[in-house]
Amino acid sequence: MTSNWPLFVTLRIVRLAFLLAAVAVVAFMLAKMSPVDPVQAYLGPAIAKVGPEQQDLIAQKWGLDQPPLTQFGKWLGNVAQGDLGMSMTYNEPVVDVLAKRVRASLPLMAMAWLLSGLLGFALGVTAGAMADTWVDRIIRTYAYVLASTPTFWLAIVLLVVFSVGLAWTPVCCAAPIGVLPEDVTVLERLHHLILPLIALTVLGVAQITLHTRAKMIEIMQSDFALYARAQGASLADVAIRHGARNTALPAITVLFASLGELFGGSVLAEQVFAYPGLGRAAVQAGVSGDVPLLLAVALCLTVFVSVGNTIADILYHVVDPRIGATHDMEIRP
Amino acid sequence: MSFLRLDQVSVGFTRYDGLIRQREFRILEGLSFGVDRGELVALIGASGGGKSLLAHAIFGILPSNAVVGGRIHVDGTTLDAPLRQRYCGRRMALVPQSLSHLDPMTRCRKQIAWAGQRAGHRLNAVSIESLLARYGLDDQAANAFPHQLSGGMARRMMMAIAAVGDPDLIVADEPTSGLDGENSANVLAHLREQADCGKAVLLITHSLSEALAFADRVAVMKGGRLESIEAASDFAGGGEALRSPFARALWTALPQNAFSAGGAIC
Repeated sequence: MTSNWPLFVTLRIVRLAFLLAAVAVVAFMLAKMSPVDPVQAYLGPAIAKVGPEQQDLIAQKWGLDQPPLTQFGKWLGNVAQGDLGMSMTYNEPVVDVLAKRVRASLPLMAMAWLLSGLLGFALGVTAGAMADTWVDRIIRTYAYVLASTPTFWLAIVLLVVFSVGLAWTPVCCAAPIGVLPEDVTVLERLHHLILPLIALTVLGVAQITLHTRAKMIEIMQSDFALYARAQGASLADVAIRHGARNTALPAITVLFASLGELFGGSVLAEQVFAYPGLGRAAVQAGVSGDVPLLLAVALCLTVFVSVGNTIADILYHVVDPRIGATHDMEIRP
Repeated sequence: MSFLRLDQVSVGFTRYDGLIRQREFRILEGLSFGVDRGELVALIGASGGGKSLLAHAIFGILPSNAVVGGRIHVDGTTLDAPLRQRYCGRRMALVPQSLSHLDPMTRCRKQIAWAGQRAGHRLNAVSIESLLARYGLDDQAANAFPHQLSGGMARRMMMAIAAVGDPDLIVADEPTSGLDGENSANVLAHLREQADCGKAVLLITHSLSEALAFADRVAVMKGGRLESIEAASDFAGGGEALRSPFARALWTALPQNAFSAGGAIC
């Protein structure tokens, strides 16, 4: 058994390293070119009380008077050692802010991701297997409507209906206000998670459904699906054994490739529900000119999205017997 | 009475003629013939002439815009949708044309087991093994994905799948296309064996020369219509015993009969 697995994975990791370096350069350049003045952002309203000489002193201390290339080198060196700097908005090391935010966002995003994947796949397989029937039409209409719904609008509607109108769900945040973090129960956390989760899930579903449906229709008309019918297989038999199995891979790929959109959606949903996650931190960092945090979020997101894409790629090689990497692994006595 | 009997069977497709009016384009017209138990009938026609459509019509797997006319009788009963659902895989089985009829993502062993379930049999490893052995296939072939089989192996695999439900009627759609002489003969010999076991076998092919050695009767198609039904033994000498001039022209055009183009083809 000869296999080029290690090579494949190594190449991917090298590619990710290059990508990260490129993103670091571009993100740093953008931050430098933006009108954000770190000193001004740091001082806030207090800037009125600080004279220009003192401002220059602060800039000097931070190394802002040095050429951008030197600044970049210094920042990159620190990042490489795991020091992402201090966040001005949260007055904490960026690493700590990220860790806290990821911990809040991860359950939300992971659950939304899984649920939208499962739901979207099930709907897509059903619609594709029953193409052009009323079932298909309902699912398709639902998916088109959802696909064209803006996240923040849906989030606001959910808030208005379930939190304000019916008062079933809390209006904001990840935990009840005025309760110490260690006293919050799992149930309370889940209660606060419901609406953001629904908003994110519902939006992710549409894409997976439409992709799965298209692939499913193609497979239901394939020679092997017809042959299964000729063997006396029922529609459900063909849809599950041949359809679902063969559409699972493209669906999973779309799911992993949509991680970037998921993050984009979570920025908006977290903003509307005031959910203290990574997305909200990114918005906060942008609004208040918190450059170290902004750069760290950009790097974090790069890793997140490209790891997702890499997993999709690897899955393709693992699952589909016809694609290269595992080609010589199957015929085994 | 024939086990499979076609009575004025036609196959056509509806297409839009302009914006609203639909028109039917007939591809097969008025096919009537039968296949008895213990008999192998070869249906001969030009490539692309719609022979496969007949197989698909019998098994009800034509696209939705296809229109099937006439009647198909199996074992004396007219084949309709409910009966077809009961018969497919159990009393009648299809040997499809190409490798693309096997699911590319599923190992052959599993596809045989599925075919078995569809025919109402639970197959264990031993019964799959003995079934495959009959078609000269081993364990390695059973564990392979379809794309790893050679052309000949794939064809025998599909014959094994068709044999799972022990059907009374086997329809083989171009089972020798793309195979070399030795593999073709092997596949046809298996079909002949099935006929000798008392099954009705319909062989759809474009190759008269290959089919003759194994067939009892030959149904010759020309332009979507049945030209004539000949006894296989009548394809001999100069073809004097053949009933239709078209069949005689086909016969004399074979390489071993000096490629005589004849004059009567069109």
